Amino acid sequence: MAQPKITLDAVRHVSKLAALALAPDEQERMCRELDSILGFMAELDTLDVSKVEPTFHAVPMQAALRADVVVPSLPRAELLAAAPAQESGAFAVPKVLDGDK
Amino acid sequence: MSVDAIHQLSLTQLAAAVSAGEVSAVEATRATLERIAQRDPTTHAYLHVDREGALQQASQVDAARARGEALGALAGVPIGIKDNLCTRGLPTTCASKILEGYVPPYDAHVIERIRAEGGVVIGKLNMDEFAMGSSNENSAFGPVRNPWDATRTPGGSSGGAAAATAEGLAAATLGSDTGGSVRQPGSYCGVTAIKPTYGRVSRYGLIAFASSLDQVGPLARDMRDAARMLGVISGHDPRDATSVDRPVDDYESECGKDVRGMRVGVVKGMTDRGCDASVKDAFAAALSRLSSLGCELVDVDLPHRDHALSAYYIIAPAEASSNLARFDGMRYGLRVSSDDLQSTYARSRGAGFGPEVKRRIMLGTYVLSAGYYDAFYLKAQKVRTLIKRDFTQAFERCDVVLTPTAPSPAFKLGEKTGDPLSMYMQDIFTLPPSLAGIAAASVPCGLSPEGLPIGMQLCAPEFEEKRIVRLGHAFETAIGWNSHPAGY
Repeated sequence: MAQPKITLDAVRHVSKLAALALAPDEQERMCRELDSILGFMAELDTLDVSKVEPTFHAVPMQAALRADVVVPSLPRAELLAAAPAQESGAFAVPKVLDGDK
Repeated sequence: MSVDAIHQLSLTQLAAAVSAGEVSAVEATRATLERIAQRDPTTHAYLHVDREGALQQASQVDAARARGEALGALAGVPIGIKDNLCTRGLPTTCASKILEGYVPPYDAHVIERIRAEGGVVIGKLNMDEFAMGSSNENSAFGPVRNPWDATRTPGGSSGGAAAATAEGLAAATLGSDTGGSVRQPGSYCGVTAIKPTYGRVSRYGLIAFASSLDQVGPLARDMRDAARMLGVISGHDPRDATSVDRPVDDYESECGKDVRGMRVGVVKGMTDRGCDASVKDAFAAALSRLSSLGCELVDVDLPHRDHALSAYYIIAPAEASSNLARFDGMRYGLRVSSDDLQSTYARSRGAGFGPEVKRRIMLGTYVLSAGYYDAFYLKAQKVRTLIKRDFTQAFERCDVVLTPTAPSPAFKLGEKTGDPLSMYMQDIFTLPPSLAGIAAASVPCGLSPEGLPIGMQLCAPEFEEKRIVRLGHAFETAIGWNSHPAGY
């Protein structure tokens, strides 16, 4: 892998992808730390894996399908009890769509 | 039986005493609660103690006994639970501010199993935030202290579980292991810890970190106790699609079986680099002990083991970055309101997650981002193939592969917090079996010159946990391991 130097711009881009707000000092620290960790991982370049199949799942198993039957869900009130905000038996969340568009 | 002596009993002894009516479940629970009240202000193993609930569960066990019912395998035994396992009606925080105050409406599969066997859930144990860490210093609620030396870490991420087990603040505990998180703290605290084969134990109700690696595992004061716990939590559960439907072995019956002729694989050059002298010495002594028990020591090679660290710290953060997307301040946990939905997500997560969790989310998002997938994630999964193949070849020559569990005994709190990579290096021995998905355990094998426990790691092929139990039990018995921290 060509080792890219991690820039502050890259950190800002990735933090946006991750929906993770980072303060300016956190961004700078992240920049240094990611650079050091990813730099260490460049050691994988010494391996030729071009003919190796990936192992996404360590133990071979078949995808399991459950029986297609209705089973009781967890009680709505108990699930909503953990929500930061609720309204009319539903999760209350910030507006998703801009009304005018 | 003296109630003061309850912490001196092993789990299996205590369950037998409760079943025989020598001690009541309520007495055992009260004694444990009392011990927690005395000792945990220093150790800080528990994030939440469920005094009322525990006593209620215990009195149900006593009532069942009074009715003449047969009691379960964990009758009246106080069990501590790592705080990333969902417990109905009990706070479950993953030691994170983002889940502070969260109370799940359901029990994890393993909690159902513990309760079904008469085990008493006594409280929730401290850990590295979202199980990311090797020292417990990443807990948002303050670190755990090692019962053997309060200036040192208990290891991580199941540090609370290991410390509580070592100090008798529970008869046994449940932790979780993604890259060494029951084994390394087990080694640092002088207890026995098993990471089962991937798929042996249901992950239903375990808050996910890296889904292709996470397994729930027991920490206990000896191998017989650990084997009993493993037997209780193992088995198929359709609610986890990766839970394997195959019979559960009788692990406990392996205790006491002969180990003569067992082939123990010793990995070439494993302790040559980066390994503390005390660990090398304890490991060498353990090998000669096994040899004197009649085991045959064979050289094996794991040629790709040095690449496990890189592969793991690509795969685990990648999976974590995806799993932790669910903590967005909408359905549970912390919400920091902002102008719009996107910035509410970002600010809630920015305020709720600690530094190591942020680091892993960033690392994982980076390696999965456009243009880097092949270079990092795909490559790491190919390295995983090579590591798995290494173990398959090693197991053609031996029954169990043996390594130290960690490169050093417990280090000082604060010693490695400034350098993430040096912290990650603590996992060099535990990562290869995790990536291969095989069974592994840490068993105490001695004390360092300064009196700190040292563990060795036993690895067995998938679903061959019984080999680990047999060898580990024989070894613990041979060395007479019953060491406790000073003042136990």
